[in-house]
Amino acid sequence: MRYDLDRELALGWLRAAAAAVERRHEELTALDAAIGDGDHGSNLRRGFAAVITALDALPADASPGTVLTKAGSTLISKVGGASGPLYGSALRGVGAALPAPSADLTELAQALRAGLGAVQKLGGAVVGDKTMVDAFEPAVAALERAAFDGFTLREASALAAEAAEAGARATIPLQARKGRASYLGPRSIGHQDPGATSTALLFRALADAVVS
Amino acid sequence: MKKLINTPESVLDDALTGVAAAHPELTVDRENHVIHRADAPRPGKVALISGGGSGHEPLHGGFVGPGMLDAACPGEVFTSPVPDQVLAALRATDGGAGAVLIVKNYTGDVLNFSLAAELAAEEGIEVRTVLVNDDVAVEDSTYTAGRRGTGATVVVEKVAGALAERGAKAAEVASVAERAVAASRSFAVALTAATTPAAGRPGFDLPEDQIEVGVGIHGEPGRRREPLRPARELVAEVVETILADHTLTAGDEVIALVNGMGGTPLIELYIVHGEVAARLAERGITIARALVGNYVTSLDMAGFSLTLTKADPELLELWDAPARTPALHRP
Repeated sequence: MRYDLDRELALGWLRAAAAAVERRHEELTALDAAIGDGDHGSNLRRGFAAVITALDALPADASPGTVLTKAGSTLISKVGGASGPLYGSALRGVGAALPAPSADLTELAQALRAGLGAVQKLGGAVVGDKTMVDAFEPAVAALERAAFDGFTLREASALAAEAAEAGARATIPLQARKGRASYLGPRSIGHQDPGATSTALLFRALADAVVS
Repeated sequence: MKKLINTPESVLDDALTGVAAAHPELTVDRENHVIHRADAPRPGKVALISGGGSGHEPLHGGFVGPGMLDAACPGEVFTSPVPDQVLAALRATDGGAGAVLIVKNYTGDVLNFSLAAELAAEEGIEVRTVLVNDDVAVEDSTYTAGRRGTGATVVVEKVAGALAERGAKAAEVASVAERAVAASRSFAVALTAATTPAAGRPGFDLPEDQIEVGVGIHGEPGRRREPLRPARELVAEVVETILADHTLTAGDEVIALVNGMGGTPLIELYIVHGEVAARLAERGITIARALVGNYVTSLDMAGFSLTLTKADPELLELWDAPARTPALHRP
């Protein structure tokens, strides 16, 4: 059982995320084909494969912040599309807020709030636009509440994953106002947003990494 | 899926190998995925650079050469290039006079090019960005990502490239590019969906007798689905849609681009162009210059887009100026 985010958990999180993307890239691509251009799964797969390679080259004493920042920079350099800069900036934002060798739940929640801020600054999306923010915001809010209520990292990360998954499902009835899906107008209604889905997958990966 | 590929993962690399073999007048940077003029950088010349997802060939690599682009950054299929690529293109073509980036208005392209522009500015390269957003199928409002960049990109790259070739300053090149964007409107119709190599199946299912109206160039569905009709009726509607959004009136001249999406025979594109000319003539609008062919494609999608650019003497003169690129040649 882990109580803090340290270098090992940061690495475990990214490896769990890469494995989840590898397992579910076809599902992400299918969601994207319905309201986008059908490459979300293959792009994230290419990006996280590059992240795993980049992590192997990091020094053994790298802080969790350095690990996450490196992962973010790699996504920006390798993915392209909107998801590369957005997920890359998110992880860089989280990493920049974690300079110490370990972070407690409150500090992790603050760092993820900073990552969400980086995404919103770059993409300009708010909750309800049918984007990754619809999963990201409730997950961060759940972590913050859990930290305030004195929950463990294990409980908090599970609550965050559930909140992200609920947020992703809640995009189904929405009409997209950002990104390529917005070109479809009302035809984007009735489909789950691929970006919100992959964000939920990343929060589930964190919860999985905490218990393993 | 039947495609002339080796593996879905190697499509871009393998295509760049072919470009390098076919065009010794261009340099292909295989590591960074950049196509640039072999004579770059040209001291004192503004570098005109564009890029975007692959699958729209000849856009953009086919328009690299004297009189048009200095460099193109092809991303993976239907995926914008990454900032590192654009930065490599900026470095390779920097002649000390600054650079103008021609960016089609898609969220991914805008984000990646703007990150690259920030990095280049830190290196002392002055970068201006011109957004192309000509597609009238998308409402330009706070409820969308704004209008997409489509066929007008060819017009913009031609006129801005001609001006840059003559030694104009970066501000002048950007200004004429913006003027060409403002003067252009486009609209597209798809008869079939595109199949990306990675997905292996069409981006959307379209019954035999149905078409997608108001499509983009990335395999996404359009604004609505309609029964297929004779070219005359279909083109009349497309022309109406564009004119309703344009400032064109009787007596005006246009540059008309009837663009194939990749899977439509040229004979059909000429049928479309004939209908476009007839509809415009009824309204007293003259086609001063026409371009008919596959210029901004969407892999194997069947269909066409129409771009109308309101012409003026300067734009026409730049349109006619010499160009020597793989896909567009002007003596």
